[in-house]
Amino acid sequence: MKKLSLLSLLILVVRRDLVLAMRRRADVLTTLIFFVMVVSLFPLGVGPEIDMLRKMAPGVLWVAALLASMLSLGRLFSADYLDGTLEQMLLAPQSLSVLVLGKMASHWMVSGLPLVLLTPVLGLQFDMSVPAIGVLMLTLLLGTPVLSMVGAIGAALTLGLRGGGVLLSLLVLPLCIPVLIFGTGAVQAVTSGLNVSAHLSLMGALLVLALVFTPWVTAQALRISME
Amino acid sequence: MLEVSNLACSRGDHRLFSGLSFALYPGQIMQIQGANGSGKTSLLRTLCGFITPDEGKISWCGADVCDLDEDYFAQMMYLGHLNAIKDELSALENLRISAGLSGIELSEKDAVAALRRMGLKGRERLPTKVLSQGQRRRVALARLLVNDAPLWILDEPLAALDVGAVALIGELIAEHLARQGMVIFTTHQPLIVAGMEMRSLSLS
Repeated sequence: MKKLSLLSLLILVVRRDLVLAMRRRADVLTTLIFFVMVVSLFPLGVGPEIDMLRKMAPGVLWVAALLASMLSLGRLFSADYLDGTLEQMLLAPQSLSVLVLGKMASHWMVSGLPLVLLTPVLGLQFDMSVPAIGVLMLTLLLGTPVLSMVGAIGAALTLGLRGGGVLLSLLVLPLCIPVLIFGTGAVQAVTSGLNVSAHLSLMGALLVLALVFTPWVTAQALRISME
Repeated sequence: MLEVSNLACSRGDHRLFSGLSFALYPGQIMQIQGANGSGKTSLLRTLCGFITPDEGKISWCGADVCDLDEDYFAQMMYLGHLNAIKDELSALENLRISAGLSGIELSEKDAVAALRRMGLKGRERLPTKVLSQGQRRRVALARLLVNDAPLWILDEPLAALDVGAVALIGELIAEHLARQGMVIFTTHQPLIVAGMEMRSLSLS
C-alpha cells in the first residue's frame, strides 16, 4: 500500500473540508450574511453623515469580520468530534499538526476569504476611497487567517463543552486585539497619507508567528479535550 | 507485541480497574468482557492513548507507547462506538478519506473492492446519510480491509450488524490473525473466529 506524504495529507484534509462545506452550504452562507448584515446595520444606526461613516468604516468592517469568524469557529472541530472522525485524526500516524493546519486552511477559505472578497462592496457603502479599500482588503487578507488559527486553539479547548460558543468568544477575542489594532491602523494611515508598510509588516509577522505555533498548540489542545 | 503492566484507570473519582496486566502476542485475539460501565471502552481508549492511565505502563514491542507516539499509531487501528463517517460523503469518499488519514493512499478500485466485500455493492456512491445503521457500520468496518496495521482495537464492532455481516467480521479477524495480526475487542454478541483460541479478560 502506498504511503501518503505530508503535503498530500494536507491537500486531502483541505479538499475534504471544502467538499463538506460545499455540501452544507447553509453554514457558510450564514456567516457571510451575518457579516453583511452587521456592517449594513451601522449606517442605519449611526446616521448618514458621510464623514463619520468614512472614518468608522475600517473599524466596523474589522469588528464585523472578527465576530463573523467567531460564529463559524464553533463548527471547526465539533462535527468531527461528534461523529468520531476526530478520534481517527488523533490516531493519524503522520502528523496531527499538519491535519490541524489543513483544517485551519479550509476554515479560512470558507469563512475568511469570502469576507475579504466582499469587502470592496461593503467599503463602497461607507464611501471609502479606493486606496483605503485596497489596504483594508490587504489587512483582512493577512489578518483573517490569524483569526482562524488563533480561534482554532479556542475551538479545540472548548470542544464538547456546554455553552462552548460563548466561552470560545471570551477566550479568543482578547487574543485577536493586536490583529484588529494593526488592521484598522493601516487603513487609518493610508487615509491620512502615511506609509502603511510598518502596519502590514507587523501583520505579516503575526501571520507567520501564528502559522508556526498555532497548529502545534491546537493539536495539543485537542489531545487534552479528548481525554 | 502489546504489553500492559499494572494498569489503573479511573473516570472522575470512580476507579474502574487497577493492577491490570496482560500481554498480546502476534496471532492472538483477546476479548474484553464485563458488565456495562465496567470500563471496557475506557480500557480500549487507554490503549489508544486517548486517556492517560493513572498508573502502569503500556508498551509496544518493548517501548513505552507514550514515547513511540506516532510510530505506535502507525501500527494500530481503532474502531470505536462512533463510525467516523460523514453523512454528506459517499461510502467511497468516506473510506478513501479515512484511509488517507491513517496515511494510506487508497485507489478507487481497491476502495470499491473493499466496499463490495462488505456487502455494499451498488451503494458505493450514495451519500451515507441514506444508508441504514448496519450499512454505515459496514462502511466503517471496510477500513479493516484497507489497513495493514498489525494491532486492531475494536470497540463493539458487531453493533447493528446482521448475521451475515457478523460471520464476515469473524472471517476478517481470522485472516488478520493468520497474518500474525493482533486483535483486542469488546462485544456483547457471540463472535466465532475459526480455529483460534479466544482469550478473554474480565473487568469487574
